[in-house]
Amino acid sequence: MREGETLSNSGWKIETPLIGPALLALLVIALAAVPFFGGTGTMRLMVEIFAMIAMAQAWNLLAGYTGFVSVGQQAFIGIGAYGLFMVTLKGGIDPFSSVLLGGVCAGLIGAIAAPALFHLRGPYFAIGTWVLAELFRIFITNNDYFGGASGLTLARVLREIPRDFRNDATYWIALTLAASTLVLVYVLLRSRFGLAIRTVRDNESSAESVGVNVRGVKFMVFVIASFITGCAGAVAYLNTMFVTTSAAFSIEWSAFIIFVVIIGGIGTIEGPVIGALVYFFLREWLADFGTWYIITLGSVAIAVIVWAPDGIWGLIAKRYPIRLFPAGAVMRKKSV
Amino acid sequence: MVEWTDTLIQGILLGGFFALSGLGLSLSFGIMRIVNIAHGDFLVVAAYLGVVIVGLVGINPIIAIAIIAPVMYAAGYGLQRSLLNKAVGGSELTPLLITFGISIILHNVLQEVFSADFKSLDAGSIEIASIAIGNIHIGLFPLSILVVAFVVYSALYRIMHNTRFGRIVRATVDDPEVSSLMGVDTKKIYSLGMALSMAIIGIAGALYGIKSSFSPMTGGDQLLFAFETVIIGGMGSIWGTMLGGMALGISQIIGFKIHAGWGAFAGHLIFFAFLFVKPSGLLAKGDQHA
Repeated sequence: MREGETLSNSGWKIETPLIGPALLALLVIALAAVPFFGGTGTMRLMVEIFAMIAMAQAWNLLAGYTGFVSVGQQAFIGIGAYGLFMVTLKGGIDPFSSVLLGGVCAGLIGAIAAPALFHLRGPYFAIGTWVLAELFRIFITNNDYFGGASGLTLARVLREIPRDFRNDATYWIALTLAASTLVLVYVLLRSRFGLAIRTVRDNESSAESVGVNVRGVKFMVFVIASFITGCAGAVAYLNTMFVTTSAAFSIEWSAFIIFVVIIGGIGTIEGPVIGALVYFFLREWLADFGTWYIITLGSVAIAVIVWAPDGIWGLIAKRYPIRLFPAGAVMRKKSV
Repeated sequence: MVEWTDTLIQGILLGGFFALSGLGLSLSFGIMRIVNIAHGDFLVVAAYLGVVIVGLVGINPIIAIAIIAPVMYAAGYGLQRSLLNKAVGGSELTPLLITFGISIILHNVLQEVFSADFKSLDAGSIEIASIAIGNIHIGLFPLSILVVAFVVYSALYRIMHNTRFGRIVRATVDDPEVSSLMGVDTKKIYSLGMALSMAIIGIAGALYGIKSSFSPMTGGDQLLFAFETVIIGGMGSIWGTMLGGMALGISQIIGFKIHAGWGAFAGHLIFFAFLFVKPSGLLAKGDQHA
């Protein structure tokens, strides 16, 4: 761009294909109808998939776009889940609006922990987030007010809500969460703030030198990701109606999230969705073989990191000219 | 007074183990810039190796270290050569994700092979022997771990500063490109670095298996303890790591005294306190903090 030019008159435009958003809209409408004919088992599974998509999008926003990897996402999943259970059981708020409150709890903890965690660079930041998760896991496990080691159940509250309504509401909340997370990340990344995010990822000091508030950007991204992950954790355990610290704060959450994003394609919006589908397909398919699906998933993820770092969506995008959600600001010369 | 002296001593002894384990973690970062997330799982693997060797040959697990350490050394060399070298030199996050994958695979494979039950290595009477100084009893085995830690630290320090290999390693760390122009096979140096790190993990892992009961799932905790040791001690300083181990050990023992479930918790709290108050750790090299 020459001096005095803005993006709009520079002869370049940001690629904005309508096909992605249009497909998404159609898909959401179709999926929203599932409760009218789907069985309880199918719906339960789909809630899990939706929650995973939201978690994976949040992690991808952190790792794929902003460049900081967390292996402590279970901190926010656990806090979100326990947030929901506590405000529902002790605060008497209905479990469905509590999903957002669970997310707020997670976002708040994220905001408090961020300044400390940001002292850790790169890989050390990753392990630091895991320590955060452990801190909360041990605290809640040893505290009877939060149900201690035996966990909490929503049975008492949910008994008063008709079963069908309960299942349908959970399903729609999960669908809304997955879809709105995708849209939020997409819109965020295409905004001015999104440009700042990627500048920070590529080089922090040059980002600073062109006037980007690096700390501010990282803080915002971390808090947004914590909030989304918290909401998703709340939904995941609203779905099971029962939570324990050993499950909600388990490192396996981070493992699945990371495998999903890596296999699907890190740094793309399509990737986490594809990865989530691959994950649940493998899990259901290998359900009779204990933990072998995790071992398979982990091995595939390592192979992808080493030999095909762009993941499945990367391979597709390289071969075919499809871009559903080009958040990476793909610019094209305007045709004259 | 006696009680506090006792707490302090127990903490320092426990710290000896953390220092040994932390050394393995900081070595691979120091040389290859690899943060080995599978650190704790490798520690557990070494302990299970002890179980297998003791089962097959029937020797004392302490003697089995003479087999475990070389096996882990070879495994480290192979791992770096075959997989991790492909990821060195690029983003620091790539090896992190690879070792995270390895970590998850390892603890699930261990669970398939050995079940989720807790196991422990039995080293016989040395485990309960102690020396009495006045009213304070010092366990002989924890004391030996501390001694082993000092020996390994001094040996590593000597290797790094007094041998040709050490000079080549330090040159490679300072500038991989120039070293490679001077004829250094950096990939080989990285492989030997990982081998050395894994040998230390092998020693620490066998001692861990004797000291406490372990299961496929206990690796995560061990990674975090090693990590906290390195950060509290201060990045890039070998003797800082030793001090970091002591600080973590003392915090955990104090936490444990307050309530049996709070040991690890107290350690995590101290770790966060350090991040807020003194992020560069106890003995940092230069101003660069983690």
